[in-house]
Amino acid sequence: MAEYLLETQDLGISFGGLKAVQHANIKIRKGQIYGMVGPNGAGKTTIFNMLTGVYLPTTGTFFLDGEELKGKTQEQINHKGIARTFQNIRLFSNMSVIRNVMVGLHNQPQYKCGFLTSMFRLPKHFKVEKAMRQHARDILKVFGLDEERNNLACNLPYGQQRKLEIARALATNPKLLLLDEPAAGMNPQETADLVRIVKKIRDEFDLTVLLIEHDMKFVSTICEELTVLNFGTVLIQGDTATCLNDPEVIKAYIGG
Amino acid sequence: MAETMTKKSRFQNGKWKNYISYAVILAFLIILIVINLTKGLGFSDKSTLPRIAFSCMLAVSLNLVVGFLGELSLGHAGFMCVGAYLGCYTANVLRGAGGMPELLVIVISMLVAGIVAAIFGFIIGLPALRLKGDYLAIATLAFGEIVRCIFKNLPFFGGAMGMSTKLYDGNTLFIIAFVTLLFVVFCCQNLINSKHGRAVVAIRDNEIAAKAMGINVTYYKLLIFMIAAFFAGMAGVLYGATIGTIRQETFSYNYSIEILVMVVLGGMGSINGSLIAAAVITWLNITLQSQLSGALAPVKSIVYALILIVIVIFSNAPAMKGFRESINPRNWKRKSPEDAGKIKNDAAQWDRIPTKIHMDDPLSVDTRTTYADSPVPPDVVVKNRDEFYVKPEKPADTAKAADAAASADGKEEK
Repeated sequence: MAEYLLETQDLGISFGGLKAVQHANIKIRKGQIYGMVGPNGAGKTTIFNMLTGVYLPTTGTFFLDGEELKGKTQEQINHKGIARTFQNIRLFSNMSVIRNVMVGLHNQPQYKCGFLTSMFRLPKHFKVEKAMRQHARDILKVFGLDEERNNLACNLPYGQQRKLEIARALATNPKLLLLDEPAAGMNPQETADLVRIVKKIRDEFDLTVLLIEHDMKFVSTICEELTVLNFGTVLIQGDTATCLNDPEVIKAYIGG
Repeated sequence: MAETMTKKSRFQNGKWKNYISYAVILAFLIILIVINLTKGLGFSDKSTLPRIAFSCMLAVSLNLVVGFLGELSLGHAGFMCVGAYLGCYTANVLRGAGGMPELLVIVISMLVAGIVAAIFGFIIGLPALRLKGDYLAIATLAFGEIVRCIFKNLPFFGGAMGMSTKLYDGNTLFIIAFVTLLFVVFCCQNLINSKHGRAVVAIRDNEIAAKAMGINVTYYKLLIFMIAAFFAGMAGVLYGATIGTIRQETFSYNYSIEILVMVVLGGMGSINGSLIAAAVITWLNITLQSQLSGALAPVKSIVYALILIVIVIFSNAPAMKGFRESINPRNWKRKSPEDAGKIKNDAAQWDRIPTKIHMDDPLSVDTRTTYADSPVPPDVVVKNRDEFYVKPEKPADTAKAADAAASADGKEEK
């Protein structure tokens, strides 16, 4: 077992001449809630995309639990234990809420079931379907979405859609959960709710959370450590209070 | 509100829909058998029925690709062509060897046809499924034509003259055809209503999210493509048994597009719709061909095209929405006068409410004629209209309400 759950070494990517991210060294301990903040265009989502295999880093590499994941496909990285949500919600909008979560459960080894088994409706199919449905409901209950399970995902209010996205990511049984602006567009009540939920799932599901957020109140409430990015480079790293009070950070955010 | 929405959603996902197609096909088949035994079906009926059956098979299998996977394929007749030639060739060989019951021969030849077509599906799908939308359509279109031209130039399969195979007895063929159709519908429906079907629909809805959820997108795209090709190959054998001589010009891109028309008219992503549309279009085609013969023959295409245009307008044009809803069985129970009046009143008020519903689809407010597809049932809107307006509230009250809500949430969790 490695000391850090996620460790990036000199991670960087450039698109043509644009160096979107340079020399990112992020180390996250198991069980931490780790924040990544920075002004727009600082490269936060780009780092997420590298960690989930959407982009191939041009320099450096990253390790999950000591295993190098650079160069693996998105599916493989998900199987290894990194799940994510998206900045602009990407639910399967024409499917019901529970089916969204069941798609997340698709690759769990206990629900393995060949397509011919399903096609000819062998007994295993029914067993797997029933177990998946129950598992999905258990996950939805954590988010208070069990009542809405048969509604279409696109009919949910915005805050619940965000929660559903987290629930769906959680269904893939990740070790590391990447949340891209989970509190964007939520009212203060929903944000407070979200703080509780993130802490709860961290404890119950034995998770480590890396999140991007612009709501500083949210960040200071929930994150134990921070990485502040600006123009693709790391400005400062360390515990939350120190980072947010750093003059460099304040300068990057509000100018001056 | 939640309850109504749940009910509606259950109705939409209603399981009865999965069984109704089996019931209808079975009932149809039994009635036909009874008619055939008592009065005897006409000669033309006996050739029409298997055609309807294999058209339905083609439409249902193409619907897997177009409707559920969301990829446009224009080479479906190509897979049917492969299946027809290889399957019927196998059947000829098996018959030549002799000693095998005829039923076994057709089952084996269908399996061979399906497997070969699926292999072709794999070969074409592996490079082509990296393409998207129009480009995939062009690639598959080219594939269909290439396959046809290859068989045209292979003297082994009869070349341009076509390959002759056994013309089946009309009395048994339609039974075989409909039983095969039942099998295909069974397989497709079960596949779609399983975890694999969910993964496929997820890929259609949002491929990026599906990948991030660990769904193996390439695997599922290829799988669905191959399964569709498999069933198209089986349909090819039935085609050979119906016609007696397999000619390559049948499988031109015109035929691929005709299958696509069936899928689009029946509704993409609806297996029952594909079945109905395929049956109607095939019947229409054959009837027009037999009725408008001789001097009227050139008119046939025009009449056929006109009927298609009318069907498309009635089933899809926004201007016909009112008409469609008036004939929709789901709305029949709202027919009582006071209900109609209520809906009208609600519609009038709806425009004045600063609505927060369907913000991403502002036009839906204007075009909606009933609330059947609205997420909020009308009576809720009317009774609690004030809730939709911003009410000035004392800050203390808000804080209290928030606390109450928070504690309620806390209880739920415990």
